[in-house]
Amino acid sequence: MDFRLSEDQRALRTGIRELLAGRFARDRMRATLDGGGGVGRELWRELGAAGLFALRLPGTAGGVGLGLPESVLMFDEIGRSLLPGPLAATELAAGVVKGAAEGEAVVALAEAGRPVGHLAQADALLVLDGDRARVLTGGALRQVLREARPVRSLDPGTPLWRVPDLAAHDGEPLPEGARLRREGALLTAAEQLGSAARSLEAAVQHAGEREQFGAPIGAFQAVKHLCAGMLVRAETARTAVYAAAVTADPVEIAGAKLLADDAAVGNARDCLQVHGGMGFTWEADVHLHLKRAWLRSGQWLTAADAEEVLAADLA
Amino acid sequence: MDLSYTDEEEEFRARLREWLASALPGLPGRPDPGDWPGRRAYDTGWQRLLYDAGYAGLHWPADAGGRGATPTQHLIFLEETERAGAPYVGANFVGLLHAGPTIAAEGTAAQRARWLPPVLRGDEVWCQGFSEPEAGSDLASLRTRAVRDGDDYVVSGQKIWTSHAEVADWCELLVRTDPAAPRHRGISWLAMRMDAPGVTVRPLRTLAGSTEFAEMFLDEVRVPVSHRVGEENDGWRVTMVTLSFERGTAFVGEVVACRRTLDALAAEARRSGRWDDAVLRRRLGRLNAEFRALWRLTQWNVSEAQSTGGVPGTGGSVFKLRYSHARQELYEAAAEVLGAGDALDLDREWVLDRLSSLSYTIAAGTSQIQRNIVAERILGLPKGR
Ligand SMILES: Cc1cc2nc3c(=O)[nH]c(=O)nc-3n(C[C@H](O)[C@H](O)[C@H](O)COP(=O)(O)OP(=O)(O)OC[C@H]3O[C@@H](n4cnc5c(N)ncnc54)[C@H](O)[C@@H]3O)c2cc1C
Repeated sequence: MDFRLSEDQRALRTGIRELLAGRFARDRMRATLDGGGGVGRELWRELGAAGLFALRLPGTAGGVGLGLPESVLMFDEIGRSLLPGPLAATELAAGVVKGAAEGEAVVALAEAGRPVGHLAQADALLVLDGDRARVLTGGALRQVLREARPVRSLDPGTPLWRVPDLAAHDGEPLPEGARLRREGALLTAAEQLGSAARSLEAAVQHAGEREQFGAPIGAFQAVKHLCAGMLVRAETARTAVYAAAVTADPVEIAGAKLLADDAAVGNARDCLQVHGGMGFTWEADVHLHLKRAWLRSGQWLTAADAEEVLAADLA
Repeated sequence: MDLSYTDEEEEFRARLREWLASALPGLPGRPDPGDWPGRRAYDTGWQRLLYDAGYAGLHWPADAGGRGATPTQHLIFLEETERAGAPYVGANFVGLLHAGPTIAAEGTAAQRARWLPPVLRGDEVWCQGFSEPEAGSDLASLRTRAVRDGDDYVVSGQKIWTSHAEVADWCELLVRTDPAAPRHRGISWLAMRMDAPGVTVRPLRTLAGSTEFAEMFLDEVRVPVSHRVGEENDGWRVTMVTLSFERGTAFVGEVVACRRTLDALAAEARRSGRWDDAVLRRRLGRLNAEFRALWRLTQWNVSEAQSTGGVPGTGGSVFKLRYSHARQELYEAAAEVLGAGDALDLDREWVLDRLSSLSYTIAAGTSQIQRNIVAERILGLPKGR
């Protein structure tokens, strides 16, 4: 047993981190979000070229042939960067929806009873209804778009639409809906992890710089303890998510999503508190992390669903 | 990220399992919690069995009489013994997990030869005399004095919260050997015989009704200078070694036990019909995520420790913080499973555990102190007040 990351895994992580730092740095991120969010097609293609979406496809299908742990490391980095878009749904549709693997297509996620993100830009719609899945394209997709009403989205990075009745629209059924739902939950949990780690970094940095009462606020225990709590949350969630990526066990994935949602939301809230008045402004990024974390908490596997899976596992 | 065990590790597990299956049925029944001599005999008897089977001091270095096992093997040992329902270290806790490893790391050859084998065999029991009435979290402010007199130190002062003091043979004792030096500099680490003249132990009653720990009064107790581990006035550094062991892997087996308890709670809730309460059911589900994650966190820490030569790092503080709160949550949930009436009945399972769990956020460094450690040593936040 050696739970640490392998050399290759570290290199992969560094690679995607550098790509995002170069192509989706903070000014670019803010410009994208101020412009109403949505998917940047060019960067989407670059991520496709870097293998993000095809990572788990076998080499024979034009993929990279890696596993869930590698995908999780990539999504972790993406979570840090606040890159918007239906990343997990597109990754899962690679090999099914034409162009998804290459980053040419955007595959949005629709779940019964919840608003749909990035609908207007979607080339295909992955519809999840409990453990059943299907893909809508072409005329069916256009019909959904006609019926959909835009929502004033809480998350500036994610334009949302309300779709009246998904059940009315036929699509191509996908096998293994339960697996798709689990893996989507895991990849989303990985994004939450990156966000939680980023919030922690921002809080620690601010706490070390901002001075009050003649000392950096990080010298005060009340602030210190908030930061320590953030680290504990992030690290507990990290080991849960990484382990779930290795085992792909359904119960472990449910636990990972639950703890990662908690870490992302909790850390963003505490980061906001550490920033004081600054934290309440549009200028500070922390609200963006909080809003995205709330959005992701409601996707693939909610806390209530995850807790039921975990309860059913008890002897 | 590799969570699989090597063939060698699996073989180790299989042999251990086999041995546990043969050894456990012959064990005597567990003594009453209030029966201290009985508890000592039971715990040291189990230690002797481990010794004879070659499982004593598994994670100790070979030249200290241990097996020099890898941290992963130690993890497997803790997991399997707990899973099999084997006795916990109990009265051997301080000797095996603190004092022993500290002497192995810092003691002279003569000290190792004198103290380590009896710990491994279960012949001698240790306790920890660190805390004082005026020095708890602020351990470095301790006042118990040791004055050199020929080949002895003459020790006077008072210790408190000394677990297992009633049945211990030896005490790892922190004393002030230089009152003029800065707080952290004038401390020494001594091994004191508990039956030395001048040692008085007065049991303290815990909120659980037991006498888990005691006050210890030291009145001109003579401790040979040769019983000092490490240099004079260098005891603080030695203490940090002790504490890193304390927080490192000391609680691992308990995580497995908590998962078993959680299963038992679910079974009880199903039996009594309380399982239909979605709020309770989901609460138990969340605890499942919690203890699974704590197990994974342990594997993570062990992997890290393996790469740094086996010394537990600050990851222990992260674990301890999360675990101590989770354990309290577990028994709060247990009270809800039992229901308002049964949760007041001390004879019902889990009710005493609920009381005991209250100590987890205090003993071995409070949660507040662990947060300071995490903030300053891991996150690098400025030292403050
Ligand atoms: C069951 C049990 C067994 C024990 N066994 C042993 C043993 O065998 N040997 C031994 O030596 N000791 C033992 N202890 C003692 C234990 O280590 C101390 O109780 C612990 O370190 C806290 O010290 P204190 O009790 O003096 O509390 P205090 O230090 O007085 O703390 C009181 C409160 O103040 C908070 N506080 C104190 N300082 C700070 C700070 N700087 N920042 C923020 N908050 C702070 C604490 O978190 C706590 O909430 C045991 C304790 C228990 C409960």
